[in-house]
Amino acid sequence: MSTVTETKKAPAGERVADWADGRLGIYTLAKANMRKIFPDHWSFMLGEVCLYSFLIIILTGVYLTMFFHPSMNEVEYVGPYVPLQGQLMSEAFNSTMHISFEVRGGLLIRQIHHWAALIFLAGMFVHMMRVFFTGAFRKPREINWLFGFLLFFLGMFTGFTGYSLPDDLLSGTGVRFMQGAILSVPVLGTYLSMFLFGGEFPGGDFVARFYSAHVLLLPGIMLGLVVAHLILVFVHKHTHFAGPGRTNNNVVGMPLLPVYMAKAGGFFFLVFGVIAVIAAIASINPIWAIGPYRPDQVSTGAQPDWYMGFAEGLIRVMPGWEINLWGHTLVLGVMIPLAIFPAVLAAIAVYPFIESWITGDKREHHIAQRPRNAPTRTAFGVAWITAYMIMLVGGGNDLWATHFHLSLNSITWFVRIFFFAGPVIAFIATKRICLGLQRRDKDKVLHGRESGIIKRLPHGEFVEVHQPLSQGELHRLTAHEQYDAAELPPAVDENGVERKIGRMEKLRVKLNKGYYGDDSQIAKPTVEEYKEIQSGHGHH
Amino acid sequence: MSSQEIPEETLPAGQDTAHGAVKVADDPFADPGLPPHKPRIQDIDERAARRSERAVAFMFTLSMLATVGFIASYVIFPVDKIVFIWPFGHVSALNFALGLTLGAALFFIGAGAVHWARTLMSDVEVADERHPMQATPEVKAKVMADFAAGAAESGMGRRKLIRNTMFGALALVPLSGIVLLRDMGPLPEKKLRSTLWAKGLQLINMNTNEPLRPEDVAVGSLTFAMPEGLSEHDEHFQTEIAKAALMIVRIQPEDIKDKRELEWSHEGIVAFSKICTHVGCPISLYEQQTHHVLCPCHQSTFDLSDGARVIFGPAGHRLPQLRIGVNDKGFLEALGDFDEPVGPAFWERG
Repeated sequence: MSTVTETKKAPAGERVADWADGRLGIYTLAKANMRKIFPDHWSFMLGEVCLYSFLIIILTGVYLTMFFHPSMNEVEYVGPYVPLQGQLMSEAFNSTMHISFEVRGGLLIRQIHHWAALIFLAGMFVHMMRVFFTGAFRKPREINWLFGFLLFFLGMFTGFTGYSLPDDLLSGTGVRFMQGAILSVPVLGTYLSMFLFGGEFPGGDFVARFYSAHVLLLPGIMLGLVVAHLILVFVHKHTHFAGPGRTNNNVVGMPLLPVYMAKAGGFFFLVFGVIAVIAAIASINPIWAIGPYRPDQVSTGAQPDWYMGFAEGLIRVMPGWEINLWGHTLVLGVMIPLAIFPAVLAAIAVYPFIESWITGDKREHHIAQRPRNAPTRTAFGVAWITAYMIMLVGGGNDLWATHFHLSLNSITWFVRIFFFAGPVIAFIATKRICLGLQRRDKDKVLHGRESGIIKRLPHGEFVEVHQPLSQGELHRLTAHEQYDAAELPPAVDENGVERKIGRMEKLRVKLNKGYYGDDSQIAKPTVEEYKEIQSGHGHH
Repeated sequence: MSSQEIPEETLPAGQDTAHGAVKVADDPFADPGLPPHKPRIQDIDERAARRSERAVAFMFTLSMLATVGFIASYVIFPVDKIVFIWPFGHVSALNFALGLTLGAALFFIGAGAVHWARTLMSDVEVADERHPMQATPEVKAKVMADFAAGAAESGMGRRKLIRNTMFGALALVPLSGIVLLRDMGPLPEKKLRSTLWAKGLQLINMNTNEPLRPEDVAVGSLTFAMPEGLSEHDEHFQTEIAKAALMIVRIQPEDIKDKRELEWSHEGIVAFSKICTHVGCPISLYEQQTHHVLCPCHQSTFDLSDGARVIFGPAGHRLPQLRIGVNDKGFLEALGDFDEPVGPAFWERG
């Protein structure tokens, strides 16, 4: 206790804080962070949706472990759900039935758990796109981009192992698909399958093994990654969009205490509340209607959870190529989709490093870019999403066929062709749209905002009155940086000696020209252009 | 960027100039700095602030009531009560009530907090400095010196024998972990090449659990069968049926195009593996007119009148056929196991 307060004891709260400070150093921590500034933009809440749904999944998941039995021992169902009475099923399925029909609130928690998982993955997908399209992955945030990507990747497998646990007919079919895909791996496939399943499929082990991966191994790694991700967000601080007073060297917003704490803390409850309501009114994975797994039975219209639909599409539309040579089989029809799946994901994961190699830019970037101002990147991102979405169509080709009365074969052929053609079209179209928007911005800066007021000039001509933009708006529309396209140095140097230029450097310069050449960006208006037009008024 | 001299450095210049509100009088695009704070109605009108306060308190109160409702629902509604609620249909009353009350209890805490932050807490924007991640050269120099000192003191570089044996030990020790994984499962050996089917085993109808007679198999029907002796209560039933599942159809013998298929059939009754050769889903859709079967998982389509060859979809090879005949009691029986592995292809399949 300090000498000042000798006469009066400090309040209880302060004394607790003093105690903690002496052991944890909380005052030093709080000094740096309590009034830390967070910028405000609606798109920053996407990451929060992910964080909160992850917490909800952990909370509800712990509850579910109290009732779920990860065992594949066969039992006869004697519970209250009449249609399944007397059926043989695994204890995993039986205990999931128990959770759904006999534990009060068990069904609700199960549904919250599953809905939150879907929202978690969807949130990560959209959050990742936000970061991608605004260039928020640039230095110093490349590592954090990778952490986020790993969370998305592991999230998919945590989801897959999770929805396989009830051992119902639908998820069992998904596990069978995975086992069939593993078998296609050259040389090692049969060994991997035997080791994963403890023998032949389905055996009696996979539920227990998936369970330990689903509740311990994968979420353990993910929790570590989430913490690392958040620490880096704190250290790097958020990006923000350029605007009056918002520069690359500052961060403008509201302090953590109280505004951000109230908003972000409140948002956790909003997300949880909305998911609880969804779980109340929308049934998800009704295993009682699907029934227990039998390897010789299947239902039509079988679909994985949405985030696996991309892989499902790849496996569905791939032609069934098989090469048989020297007593061995190379199952290309399954192997190639199995390889494309991580390759497509890896393409987006390594993109930040490719872009920074192309630009050669080593500076820190804290200004979020508007997607139009990075046309080639935006076009690449849209092309990637297009390929992803087309494969989602492929993954549900049977549903598209039955719902829209289309031929399944034509849908499959459409997907086969447009998995390649679609991204190209999307790339070209997106780039053009971005350049168009850049021209519009330039127009707005130079000529002002269209006011909608039509003026008749003395000689009878009608013109629309354009109102000049405020300085803040002018700044916002011209604050983005533009790179000049790179050029190869002259083939011979000043001494007449031939210059050696590596092949990689040539490729880099070529790509750089593609990114920043004349066709790939509209030069932003200069002060001179602006002044010239403003001085010669009336000339539009 | 047109007709400019190409600079050595193609990066945009002057990233660091515009910090804060450096207003260049002559530059219309210059950063004018943070706009002045616009007060909200709650900042100037105490009555509006009071209204916001009441709204926030109201939402927190709703949350409390919803929690009471949650506990009441838990007690009141039996777990098996089904009610009709438009437009959701027949739903569990308990699930519906618990979900809505829990949802409301949570949502109104959030809504109250956000409304509080938006209307009553200060909305004055503040700027914070950013600091580069990179350490200063002095810091870096100190770290490098410390590291060099530490490394020298350890003697890592000088005593190569220690270093090399340590690397060896660290590289070997994970092997124990890998060896321990050996008992995760048995070696594949020839397990995937055989099924339970063998010469003389009767075909048991999966629906009736009775042996099948040829006359039980009607044209246009799809019958599923398993080998005699297998029972749902067997410990390894799931694993055995995953390979042995059989589908039986009857085709007019003159419609069978494949010579071997005809040879292995009995009066036009043909038996094929039910397990898709793509990734192992059970095939279950049968088109009577064309004798095509379709796997509902990935839509591989096989022509059962032509040796079950693949006519569409991702499967890589035909469905294995089981050679069948009739035993002296008049029941359908297998004349051996499949002559090739059933289910998805694998490296050793050949």
